Amino acid sequence: MLTKFLKKESVKQFAISNIVSIIFIALSLIGMLLSELGSVYIFNELINRISRNSFLVLSLLIPILAGLGLNFGLVIGAMAGQLSIIAVTYWQVDGILGFLLCIVLALPIGILFGYLTGRLFNATKGQEMIAGLIVSFFANGLYQFLLLVMVGTVIPMKDSIMIKPDGIGLRNTIALNGVNGDGGIKYALDGIFRLNLFYFIIILAILLLIYSIYQIMNLNRNIKLKKPRETYIGYTAVSLGLIVISVVTLVSDSMFKNLKIPLVTWIVIALLCLFNRLIMKTKLGQNFRTVGHSQHIAKVAGINVNRTRIQAVIISTVLAAWGQIIFLQNIGTMNTYGSHMQVAMFSIAAILIGGASVSNAKISHAITGVILFHMIFIVSPTAGKAIFGDAQIGEFFRAFVVYGVIGISLALHAWKKYKLSKM
Amino acid sequence: MKVYIDKIGIPRLIIAILFIVVLVTANFQGLPMNMLLSDVVKRFGMYGILVLAMVPSIQSGVGPNFALPIGILCGLVGAVISIEYGFVGFPGLFMAMVFSLPLALLIGYLYGKLLNAVKGSEMTIATYTGFSMVQFMCIAWIVLPFRSTKMVWPIGKGLRNVFTIEKTFGNVLNNLWHFDIYGVHIPTGLILLFLFTCFLVFLYTKSKTGTVILAAGMNPEFAKASGVNINRGRIIANMVSTVLGAIGIIVYSSSYGFVQLYGAPLYMAFPAVAAILIGGATAKRAKISHVIIGVLLFQGLLASSMPVANELFPEGNISEMARMVIQNGIILYALTKVKGGKYVD
Repeated sequence: MLTKFLKKESVKQFAISNIVSIIFIALSLIGMLLSELGSVYIFNELINRISRNSFLVLSLLIPILAGLGLNFGLVIGAMAGQLSIIAVTYWQVDGILGFLLCIVLALPIGILFGYLTGRLFNATKGQEMIAGLIVSFFANGLYQFLLLVMVGTVIPMKDSIMIKPDGIGLRNTIALNGVNGDGGIKYALDGIFRLNLFYFIIILAILLLIYSIYQIMNLNRNIKLKKPRETYIGYTAVSLGLIVISVVTLVSDSMFKNLKIPLVTWIVIALLCLFNRLIMKTKLGQNFRTVGHSQHIAKVAGINVNRTRIQAVIISTVLAAWGQIIFLQNIGTMNTYGSHMQVAMFSIAAILIGGASVSNAKISHAITGVILFHMIFIVSPTAGKAIFGDAQIGEFFRAFVVYGVIGISLALHAWKKYKLSKM
Repeated sequence: MKVYIDKIGIPRLIIAILFIVVLVTANFQGLPMNMLLSDVVKRFGMYGILVLAMVPSIQSGVGPNFALPIGILCGLVGAVISIEYGFVGFPGLFMAMVFSLPLALLIGYLYGKLLNAVKGSEMTIATYTGFSMVQFMCIAWIVLPFRSTKMVWPIGKGLRNVFTIEKTFGNVLNNLWHFDIYGVHIPTGLILLFLFTCFLVFLYTKSKTGTVILAAGMNPEFAKASGVNINRGRIIANMVSTVLGAIGIIVYSSSYGFVQLYGAPLYMAFPAVAAILIGGATAKRAKISHVIIGVLLFQGLLASSMPVANELFPEGNISEMARMVIQNGIILYALTKVKGGKYVD
């Protein structure tokens, strides 16, 4: 298997099909070397950002598979999440209870917003991406009107510290850590249980070990397997290696042994991955795939194309709302008029960096994308400072990369499609 | 009645009525009407050429030029070079245009090449190309070796975010042959330049190249059958559009009295797109008259609604929200009228 992998053509093919990700691995390695940040700091920050953002990025998958392209309307889902957070913070429901209430409240708002966005996308077929981008600006105007003008005048919201001193409109930033710094929904999910990263790795490695040994034993009993024997032997070796590394780190006095992961958040993210996998196996998922493949064939096959597309957008919007709630409970403060604005752009850039395209995306793309994208994010300001003596240049470079990645990936995809259609 | 409404178009009708209502309200509120109208006229001249940049792009079938920031950046580079060399007054304005022209032609050519490779999804790609170039130039504004004390930070590196051009070529157009009617200030030079540029673009659309591009934009199949080189036409149209964007921002900055660098050009394409669409253009068809009507209605509404809204709702920035909703609502409305390639009912 390994020899086959190392053959020249397959390496070349692998490199071409993952060119974006490879460039980003190189960029982040260079950035890491230049930035002079401690690796413990980088890892800590990375774990934090993975738990914060993965849910949002994963919410992009279903519309892509349903042929709607990248959902630039994600911002609208984020708004739904923020509206429910505002309500829950106003009612002062704290902790995990408040968090769950947010999730429940965001569901109907997300469904409504998703339905409306879906209707719009059906009216702008072939232009969904630019329509998504512009509808997010449009909705932002309405959102500001609601929270700056209606609150305090039409919507009664008295005696809350969230209101501006003159009694009308919400403040710019809203603290989510309750009235006196305790309570609120800050860390409601992340803080439930934090597990040492290396215990987590050991547990995963042991599970993998048991699985591979079980499969190898199956092989001896002549039961047919999905993968060749070498793969499972490889798994065994890797898991043993991981266990050894983890144990060594834990007994040594390296700083790494203090890295912790928010276990519950990671379980929630894993559940979403599972949901994405399972839904594609259902009738609905098959419809998504058919519509994504060809609307014409789907229509001939008796699928209600427009309804299927709306369903995909609704699912994405609701997931984005929940993703934004997870994001904000980790951050701990909400920028009322700004937190939602860049959600779509960052998530889309992340999934594209992970190797997804406008018409195909996998869970693995989303996860790799989040890791690579945030790696660049963490190191670029300090790297910019190290090279140019100006941290601002790193920030601009970061924005340039984000927009550039989106532009170039979309362009490459469109170019491929255009070439194919001419053939 | 219905025929008339269809002819004018619902968005144009709504915005026109809104504009009139706002003006009447302003009058009843006792706001100084001459100031208000002066502002409307000034904005008409300021934004005109930027909106005009949409015409060649739409006519060639590419759709509205969402990558207007690229042209704007070329113009800003020209303006900054002109100030660096110390040109003042009309020569300053003229040299800014001269310096930006070769750059705009080159970039417009490359951009046209890009758009030819990505037929069918021009708008989203254009938007993000524009965005990324703005960020790229943010780095350039810091790194490029400009020295003029009018522009650079007194301490630290790079050009300032915003700097006045009062002493170089600010307001030179506004002050050319300017006069007042009933207290309404008419910046004659600015308006004349805009109308002259409109005339030039009009001539261009009537020229042989322009007619060919128009035909190609309207019906690519037909154009192909009659042997027209569509790709070449699209590239030329994009070069013209980029050049107009560059000239547009120089005129805008001159009239505004300040040059804005860094993130300022980021969202400048959207108001221009909305303006021409209000004027009656669609994503497939645009005329000079659409530009003139559109700029007048859209910028007029924005200029007049700001003081009126602040009078009515002292809280919050109502006119900014209204701008967002109206501007993007119009673009969305226009997008629903575009029939994509894979349309299925």
